[in-house]
Amino acid sequence: MKFSLSWLQDYLTTDASLDEIVEAMILAGLEVEEVENPAEKLAAFTIAKVTKAEQHPDADKLRVCTVDTKDGEKQIVCGAPNARAGMTAVYAPLGAYIPGLDFALDAKPRKLRGVESHGMMCSANELEIGEDHDGIIDLEGDHEVGTPIAEILGLNDPVIDFEVTPNRPDWLGVTGIARDLAATGIGKLKIAEIKPVKGNFPCPVQIRTEDETACPVFMGRVIRGVKNGPSPEWMQKRLKAIGINPKTMLVDVTNYVSFDRCRPLHAYDAGKLKGDVVARLGAEGETLDALDDKTYDITPDMCVIADESGVIGLGGVMGGLSTASQPETVDVFIESALFDPMRTARTGRATGIISDARYRNERGIDPASCQEGLDLATQLIIDQCGGEPSEIVVAGAIPDAQEPVIFKPRDMKRLTGVDMTAKRMTQILKTLGFEVTPETKLTDDSWKVSVPSYRRDIVQSADIVEELIRIEGFDALPTESLPRETATTRMVVTPMQARIRTARRVMAARGFLEAVTWSFMDKNKAACFTGGADGLKTSLMVDNPIASELNYMRPSAIANLAVAAQKNIDHGADEIRLFEAGPIYLDDSPKGQRSVITALVRPRPARHWAAGDAPYDVFAAKADLFALLGALDQPGDRFQIGEAPNAAWHPGRAGVLKLGPKNVVATFGELHPALLKELDVDGPMIGFELILDALPVPKSKGGKTKQRLEKAELTPVRRDFAFLVSKSTAAADLVRAAAGADKKLITGARVFDVYTGQGVPEDKVSIAIEIVLQPRDKTLTDEDIDQVSNNVVKAVEKAVGGVLRA
Amino acid sequence: MTDVTENLPALKDEALNAIAEASDLSALDAVRVAELGKKGRISGLMKTLGKMSPEERQEMGPRLNGLRNEVAAAIDARKAALETAALNAKLESERVDLTLPPRPEPVGALHPVMQVFEEIAAIFGEMGFAVAEGPDIEDDFHNFTALNFPEGHPAREDHDTFFMHPDENGVRKVLRTHTSPVQIRTMMSEKPPIRVIIPGRVYRKDWDATHTPMFHQVEGLVIDKTTHMGHLKQCLTDFLAAFFEVETAETRFRPHFFPFTEPSAEMDVRCDRSGDTIKVGEGDSWLEILGSGMVHPNVLRNVGLDPDEYQGFAFGMGVDRLAMLKYGMPDLRPYFEADVDWISHYGFKPWLLPSLSGGLS
Repeated sequence: MKFSLSWLQDYLTTDASLDEIVEAMILAGLEVEEVENPAEKLAAFTIAKVTKAEQHPDADKLRVCTVDTKDGEKQIVCGAPNARAGMTAVYAPLGAYIPGLDFALDAKPRKLRGVESHGMMCSANELEIGEDHDGIIDLEGDHEVGTPIAEILGLNDPVIDFEVTPNRPDWLGVTGIARDLAATGIGKLKIAEIKPVKGNFPCPVQIRTEDETACPVFMGRVIRGVKNGPSPEWMQKRLKAIGINPKTMLVDVTNYVSFDRCRPLHAYDAGKLKGDVVARLGAEGETLDALDDKTYDITPDMCVIADESGVIGLGGVMGGLSTASQPETVDVFIESALFDPMRTARTGRATGIISDARYRNERGIDPASCQEGLDLATQLIIDQCGGEPSEIVVAGAIPDAQEPVIFKPRDMKRLTGVDMTAKRMTQILKTLGFEVTPETKLTDDSWKVSVPSYRRDIVQSADIVEELIRIEGFDALPTESLPRETATTRMVVTPMQARIRTARRVMAARGFLEAVTWSFMDKNKAACFTGGADGLKTSLMVDNPIASELNYMRPSAIANLAVAAQKNIDHGADEIRLFEAGPIYLDDSPKGQRSVITALVRPRPARHWAAGDAPYDVFAAKADLFALLGALDQPGDRFQIGEAPNAAWHPGRAGVLKLGPKNVVATFGELHPALLKELDVDGPMIGFELILDALPVPKSKGGKTKQRLEKAELTPVRRDFAFLVSKSTAAADLVRAAAGADKKLITGARVFDVYTGQGVPEDKVSIAIEIVLQPRDKTLTDEDIDQVSNNVVKAVEKAVGGVLRA
Repeated sequence: MTDVTENLPALKDEALNAIAEASDLSALDAVRVAELGKKGRISGLMKTLGKMSPEERQEMGPRLNGLRNEVAAAIDARKAALETAALNAKLESERVDLTLPPRPEPVGALHPVMQVFEEIAAIFGEMGFAVAEGPDIEDDFHNFTALNFPEGHPAREDHDTFFMHPDENGVRKVLRTHTSPVQIRTMMSEKPPIRVIIPGRVYRKDWDATHTPMFHQVEGLVIDKTTHMGHLKQCLTDFLAAFFEVETAETRFRPHFFPFTEPSAEMDVRCDRSGDTIKVGEGDSWLEILGSGMVHPNVLRNVGLDPDEYQGFAFGMGVDRLAMLKYGMPDLRPYFEADVDWISHYGFKPWLLPSLSGGLS
């Protein structure tokens, strides 16, 4: 909302400076966004008189002028065709910035074809005060040399632009702004009462409203015999100052009242109306050729204004071309109506029309302004254009005033901590237009407060509290720290939140960079994780995505990381290690959202002078995953390994970690080439996704005491075994069997070699393991060790058919 | 007898010379065997002591013992010298070029916005706030209705808000537009007194230089029977000073409008915009930081609390922007691009666990 200072001063008597007014606005909730003073831009430009204008000796189109300026007599070379002796022009001194040309004059005089020029005379266009650029400004009248041009043009009127919150449509009229500012104490409100203008004849236009929810009240009147033409200069200045181009009086007056009172009006050429004018709902197939020269399709949800010719306006949004007032209009019909704000908003969105009328009507307009605005416009028109007003016709009825609010004065102290006297409360409320009288104070604890018609946002006691503290100022709030509930700080994170914190630090410590990527992704790419398009859930599709590649809630975060990794590689990055701690979505319920740690590596063979390091592979990913699980108190050996869960993962080099047959805790390994192709990224890419919610919460054992360490006294014994097993045998099964051969004595079993090739049959593989035997009570004898070894061999043979390699 | 006596000095010189000339451990050992071994010269002389007369023995005993000890000491000394020389030679042969690069190790980092989440939790944790969370895919009730958004509010439109595909009844869930629905979930599942902060991802249909379709918020909620707007003001002012790690932060509260608070306020902080980056805490400018207010009586009613008995405040702030302000990232968009250079540069070391007593950043 824009308004000029002089406009505000029509309704607010104040000595306050512009800065003080702006400050008062901000502190009362009128958030000022910009203050522009056109005079500042024009400060350098002053009146000058041309005393001589002679032809330039070397240029046909230039004149050498002698100019009387505030800086004394100056020689100025001028190219304007209208430069002549005796004219009153606008002088720009050397060094002045010319806004219309966006450059500053040199500080030293320049020679133009050999003749020095000490400044410039400007066109309206160069000063951005008009379109004329054919010649320099040639002012009529007698102006003193040195007078600022801004003063002569009456441009010394700052314009303030501020944000209007949706609860305050009354701030969309200058009178409403003045009222709140007066309440803050910065000035005195002076809004003269609008006197009804008596009609001299019955209104010849009949009106109806067919839907009183869409258009509760529709009133209007004809003014006949007007002489339309330009609006008065003061009105044009105000409209121009806030960016509205003046047209004719009949158009300008509707704009003026709209900004003055937040009362949109519409002016029809009464001669073009056919039959009754009706506010009704639209019908399928109807169209409107609107004032913006566009044609709109009407729907049954829209409230339209229609006559016998069809739709002639979108109620509260925009009028139509066919019946609009014209410069030659003689009889005008002025409409002043109330429209349902929500329907107006829907119509506005459906048509995309942005108009001052829509902006006001969709926020809700003071019902009392219907007639006041009509009378104000009538008076302004008659004053400027003459003419004779008809009586006012009314269809529908002004809605009832709202119920008074029961205000509990104790709520003020209770909600704000501010002690405010009843007297001060009453004073603030009265200046804002509320009515509080001794009679309406039911008790000291309960007041009945009448709410003005322009404040429909006030419906309960807390709303009144807001008005009081808003006007008193938030500086009045006491400063009190929240009382501490406990002497020392409690732990405030849940076990899950603690897990995420730990996990993120483990990953970063292991060399991964933490990314944050979109929660959504392309549904075609998501299908790789859901067993194809059939596995996608419509409940996870974004109905109105911002981009088609962001139209599905991600079932995994690894695709986003893969795409991000590729982007980095395209920028020349080396090996990429990314991770993300974020959500994935299995369905649209709160439980369907899971917290995951997703890691992705795009490996590159290490190029180190000492070489020998294998590139990152599935076992490196497994190491990272197990390290992470270990940090979360989830030892890796408690999980089972299963097949890759879906087509996103390499069928032979990826798998899942499970706890029991159904609870999949993590997926890890290489990404499937088909997924890489779908994502348009280069492989290999390797990673894992750990579902933190799937991990069991370690049971609290009561207290923080740890179990006593049982440190073995005797030295452990190590024995190696190599078994021939079929290639399909899982090494983990072999190890488990070996370790189970003597649960007491065997404390460790691990694979240290896997070999195929010479000496091993085609369909077999040799797996070598090391067994650790931990004697407890006595040193092991050779017989003891042989005994255990035999048991290991037997157990492995029984479990996986392994044969001890000779 | 005399022979022996007379020959001793020569013998000694001979032995010491042989020791000195032994160029390695094996040569030295040969000398040892030749002089002090079972059949060695000096050992042989020692054996003659037994056949001597007591008088002779009394004289020769000490001399021979002295000789033996002297030679043995010389052997030990020579041995130590030879060993040192051998070790030095071995070490010299093991010399490497220390200017060669070490084995490469990837260096990880934490995302600044995630770190700032933790900083905020650390500060509010000191003030007794727990951390609450809720789902990103919300229903209309929690995201709008319960928060007192009227029907027809622009936020309920496709233009501003992401909706999920409608279910079989035509009902559309929404990607939460703010973390405020978790206020509702918390108030409906817990009994006051309540003090929580709510960090999380939120979604709005905006994508330009200063907006991303997904961003991060932290919400705060206090519900009890006594907390008023003065507490709100001090709590958030304290928070800002702690967050920006300045002695004091001067704040300004301005009236504003939010459907779910009444009275509502926006908070500005004093800052200096004269340099390349905004400096919080001093200067002659104000910077909008967050929205806040007393929980609207309609919201309290919507969760079954009596607004005449319970009251409290709520606030919400954009975490991405707070992180930008504190750490000087010039642009919001790279937050979500997973650019390795950006994360390495603006990210945090993993061992930094924000706390007020141990250091926030």
